[in-house]
This record gives sequence, C-alpha cells and structure tokens, in this order.
Amino acid sequence: MTFEPKILGILCNWCSYTGADLAGTSRIKYSPNVRVVRVMCSGRVDPQFILKAFAEGADGVLVAGCHPGDCHYIEGNYKTIRRMALLKHMLADYGIEPERFRLEWVSAGEGDRWAHVVNKITEDVRKLGPSKIKKTAKKASPAA
Amino acid sequence: MAKFKLASYWASACGGCDVAILDVHEKILDIAAAADIVFWPIALDFKYQDVEAMPDGHIDVTLFHGAVRNSENEHLAHLLRAKSKALVAFGSCAHIGGIPGLANLFTKEEIFKRVYQETPSTVNPENITPQPKVTVAEGDLTIPELYNTVHTLNQVVDVDYYVPGCPPTPKQIWNVVQVIVSGKLPPKGSVIGASEKTQCDECTLKKNGEKKITAFKRIATAQPDPAICFLEQGFLCMGPATRGGCDTRCQLSGVPCRGCYGAPAGVLDQGAKALSAIASIIDAKEEAEVQRIVDQIPDSLRSFNRFGIPASLITRKVL
Repeated sequence: MTFEPKILGILCNWCSYTGADLAGTSRIKYSPNVRVVRVMCSGRVDPQFILKAFAEGADGVLVAGCHPGDCHYIEGNYKTIRRMALLKHMLADYGIEPERFRLEWVSAGEGDRWAHVVNKITEDVRKLGPSKIKKTAKKASPAA
Repeated sequence: MAKFKLASYWASACGGCDVAILDVHEKILDIAAAADIVFWPIALDFKYQDVEAMPDGHIDVTLFHGAVRNSENEHLAHLLRAKSKALVAFGSCAHIGGIPGLANLFTKEEIFKRVYQETPSTVNPENITPQPKVTVAEGDLTIPELYNTVHTLNQVVDVDYYVPGCPPTPKQIWNVVQVIVSGKLPPKGSVIGASEKTQCDECTLKKNGEKKITAFKRIATAQPDPAICFLEQGFLCMGPATRGGCDTRCQLSGVPCRGCYGAPAGVLDQGAKALSAIASIIDAKEEAEVQRIVDQIPDSLRSFNRFGIPASLITRKVL
C-alpha cells in the first residue's frame, strides 16, 4: 500500500481559505491530503497548534495566509512570519524534517497556487515517509 | 493535634530542592514540631526497607523531587505513591522534567558516548560504560538502569499536587507547609505555592511601552540595565510564558527569567508559548530580515523550553 500523508492545513479566512475555495469552484485537480482548518488570520496560529498536530500524528503541517502587506488585519501575517521562522528552528531541534512544515502565502485569487502548494508539500512529505513523532512518544512512554 | 508524617525523596535531581527546604532556616524547627519526618535520605538515615515495611497510606505527605530517569527512580515513585496519602511533585524536575529533561534531546547512547568517551577529562581506552548488571567472583552486582527518556513524576504515577520551581522558593515552601498543616488541602491536581498568572504580571522592572526587538543579546556578551524589562533590551526572558509566584527573584537580581516555574494555567506547551510571545515583538517585516534576527538565537528549543521538554506536547527528540 502506498503511503498517503496526512497533512493539516491552517488557513486564514480572508485569503487562503477563499483561494482554496476558488481552486474547488475552478475544478482544479490536486492532492486530497490536506485537511483544512479555517482561522480568521494566520496571525491567530499559535505555535502550540502545530506542535499538537505533529504530536497527534500529522505527517505535515501547512500554514497559509495573505501575502505580506495584504493582511485583512493590517499586521497579522507579519507576526506569522516571525513566529513561524522561530518555530522552524524549534522543530529542527526536535529532529523534525523541515519539509514537514511550510508557511505559504496564497491570495483569494490564487486557486492554482493553492493547488500547487498542496501538491508540493504532499510530494515532499510522501518522499519522507510517515512522521515518527507519535511513534516516538509511544516508544518513550514509561509504560512501554 | 497529632503530628503528620512527612517524607522527602530525591530522584533524578541535583539536591537543590532538599537544600531549599533547609533554606527555610529556623522555621525547619516549626516543621519538625508539626511533622514526624519518616523518610528523608539527604538528611536522615533511613533505608528503602524502612519505607517498604510501612503500611500503604502510612505517610501523610511525600515531597518528591526529581524526574524519573532510571529504574530506581521509577521503583521509588511507585513505592512512595503506595505509601503516601498525598504525593507532591516538588520542584521543576518532578513537575515538568527540569534540567535533566534536556537529556530528551539525545539518546542514551549519545549521552554515554559523550560522557564516557568524548569529554576532554575522560581516559577510557577499554570503553567501559555502566552496565545494569555485572557478574564478579562473589556474585552479581546490579545498579539501576538509565532510561532513554526522562519522565515527569505524573507520567509514571498519579500525583496529587505540584509545587513548581528550580528550586521552589523558601517562602513558597513555608506556604505549602502551612497549607498542609492547616488540613485545608486544595483540589487534587492543583499547582500550589505559585500563582495562576505569568511572571510579567508580577514583575516590577520598568516597562517603557511597546516592545520592539531588532537584535537578540545574550547575558554572556552584553550587559543589561537591571532596572528595565529584559525583553525591551533584547535579552531573552521567559517571563511572558512562565508561571509567577517566585517574587521574580531572578529578574530582580539582574538575570532574565529562565522559565523554571513552568507554564501558567491554561498553557499546553511553555516553549511554544514563549516563542510565540517573543517572536511577535521582533521589529521586522521582511522575511530575510526576520530570518537574520531569529538566527541570532543559537538554540531555540532549549532557550524557550529549558525546564519543560518532558512535559511538552512533543516530549523528546524524534527517534
């Protein structure tokens, strides 16, 4: 059986979620591996969400928001840039491959770009194989 | 009133928590007046057999310091759980893993290699490493087995209360003793001897307004102004994501908070929360400029989650 990555997508309401919607209404075909959660702004994405997703078995996490300068709340996605840059360091310290986590900008008009971004992370994660984070937690548990 | 029975045990810890108990100074006599100390390896001569001989639930309160990192720690955690009415995870190590928890970023093999082969002061041509069991002419000798992963106390046994801190401050220890003596115990699972809010909520250092960081500084290479908020000066301070209750003793001594009191109420992952708060005050909008600034933190996981990796959402380096 081929490995189908489970990827969590956290999308901002104003740009990326609408962009993903456009990909659907435009009938663009792309990988079905991303499960989408909508948030009002990518600035709302707490790094805890991403760690929790990995801890609970996600093979990859994709955060998508408005392009810098286009935030509906003016400054929200600048905070996202800063947080996710630092989070990438933290994930690397845990030994998590950088390809498993991506921050992307997708506007409401970029349905084709959304499809491309999803295909890209799906292929990258597929090459890496299943995430070992949940397995590690099981192996490391005192009951084991 | 009958005296209550008190035990204090150290597992994988430095012994600082025991010293902190003694740091209540002459009040230790008040503790001795209110409590019969039935087990305290660092200070009094008790053997494990003495504890094994006790009936279950014999001890009223056990202050358990230290993480669970080897088979002896685990055995004593189970033993003291059975013998105690209330088991308290006392200090950062028992509470959230503490400094020993940093070992979760390595494997046991990597640690053995470093300690028994690579350190400059080590000469070990035969590559001898500790084995749990060795057979000599007189019979088998055993030592506890070191585990690959450091655990918090509540990952191994059921814990009634938590007292955070590395170590808990003497003032808080005294408060905890008074709570126990009064018999008005809080609900199970409570963090006692600390506040619900963050360090920043209690910190009295001068804050000038909006924080904007364009460069991260390190206390080893730059001198902070001890009267002003460390974050405003660009020094990493874990105050925004650390539980208060220590009277911000580090900050008042000119040292930024390192996060030993763990996450405040409602936070799942102290490191992620600290990272989130501190990243948001970086004063840059261009991705390249942000990258340049965050790259100045050489060791982000250990800077943001120095004490709590075993208690975090991801508890160790991926195997």
